[in-house]
Amino acid sequence: MIELDGASFSYGDGPLLDAVSLTLAPGSFHFLTGPSGTGKTTLLRLCYGDLKPTGGEVRLFGADSRHVTRDDLARARRRIGVVHQDCRFLDHLPMHENIALPLTVAGRLDASTGENLGALLDWVGLRERFYARPPELSGGERQRAALARAVIMDPEVIVADEPTGNVDWQMSQRLLALLLELNRMGKTILVATHDLALIRAAKQQAQTRVLRLTGGSLQVAGADL
Amino acid sequence: MLRAAADLAIGDAQGDRVVPPTGFTVWLTVATAAAMTFLAVFALALTLATGRLADRWADSLAQASTIRLSAPPEQMAAQVQAVTTILAGTPGVADTRVIDESEQARLLEPWLGPDLPLDALPLPGLIEVVDDGDLDLEGLRARLRAEVPGAVLDDHTRWREPLVAAAARLRLIGWTALLLILGTTAAMVTLGARAALAANSEVIRVLRLIGARDAYVARAFTRRFTLRAAAGALVGAVLGIAAIVFLPDADDAGGFLTGLSFGGASWILPLLLVPLVGGVAFAATRAATLRALSRFE
Repeated sequence: MIELDGASFSYGDGPLLDAVSLTLAPGSFHFLTGPSGTGKTTLLRLCYGDLKPTGGEVRLFGADSRHVTRDDLARARRRIGVVHQDCRFLDHLPMHENIALPLTVAGRLDASTGENLGALLDWVGLRERFYARPPELSGGERQRAALARAVIMDPEVIVADEPTGNVDWQMSQRLLALLLELNRMGKTILVATHDLALIRAAKQQAQTRVLRLTGGSLQVAGADL
Repeated sequence: MLRAAADLAIGDAQGDRVVPPTGFTVWLTVATAAAMTFLAVFALALTLATGRLADRWADSLAQASTIRLSAPPEQMAAQVQAVTTILAGTPGVADTRVIDESEQARLLEPWLGPDLPLDALPLPGLIEVVDDGDLDLEGLRARLRAEVPGAVLDDHTRWREPLVAAAARLRLIGWTALLLILGTTAAMVTLGARAALAANSEVIRVLRLIGARDAYVARAFTRRFTLRAAAGALVGAVLGIAAIVFLPDADDAGGFLTGLSFGGASWILPLLLVPLVGGVAFAATRAATLRALSRFE
């Protein structure tokens, strides 16, 4: 599905990621943890083709990300739902249009969109925020809306970058519940987080794999979590 | 490109909302397109007028020649008669007319004043010859030289060529001005588009990250700028046409100004500037957008 095969990445002053290998198998749930600045976000960006590796290979659905055309990359991204740390909404559009944006750009808006959108907003508990603009939402609401936008195209993979970074414990549990539900539906999940409590809570409820990124290398975390 | 143009014509109301409105560039683009099209209407009128002028000069001078006779006054009438006889027997001569003294006085009046003492001036005899297009000028010139040595045939070539060349040069300047105006329009629209693209770089980034193809993003910007430019061009064309329609009537001395108009089917030409400016804006915005998009993964 998504494979990093000895992938390295450098912003210019020494490698941030050094020959990292990772396979996101269908239906798997991965946590990515590690100290700040070790390259978690960079690794996620490699996974959805926002960056290209400076060494090794990243394969998105079998295609080398360095050689895919821009249109093919756009098509691959429709199969990967991304929850960004800062959510990245278009502030001039109301929430329901922001959430439906992936359908809009893919030309897949149809008669059933309104109903599906309503059901999705119910699922993330944002029905009453249908017409709100992004700046009017709280941190937790923004994260849930970002998750709704990430799943609206029914992607095979969901990548989330610190989805609970700006929310309280109760809200982080709610987001975790949504991610676990998506995983039970067969989605592949990759979550970058500092929140060890969140990881422990997830491990109690589902089979997850925890990866630690340190010194540019990726290791499977042990029982110390 | 053709598909992009078709998509642009069809439109996408939802897609148009994706790019936020940018007030400054809206008015910049509309005002620029209007002003440039207004100027383009005049450049077009100038170009067409000089073309007509060149044709008119060429036609009128090409069909007329003048025979100038130098002879003592007492022989002038006989010489005129001799030339007239030759002309009557020359194939290709459609008409001849002897320019009498009163007409010569009228022609000289602007330079020498109304009280011209024609008796005191050694005026030549003048005969205007109108040809039907088949007149052998060299043959006629040789015959005159042989039979009436004081007669000189002037086919106006030395007057006609510089005039026609000047008109052609004016026409070239008109086309060049038109091209420069369209080029400047493209440059201004490109600058406006680049300003809008820079202001919306985060929007573009988000669109790319959620799976928008370059063509989708380009269409959102291109459609907006093309429609603005076309709207501005329509305003400019209408104002330009109105200005030409209401040009003050000129008298004979202002013959060229009288010709600064379109007339007949050519009135459609300034209206064609609207799709032309729209097309220029479309191409300029699309190129600027695709270039800007290449900076985003």
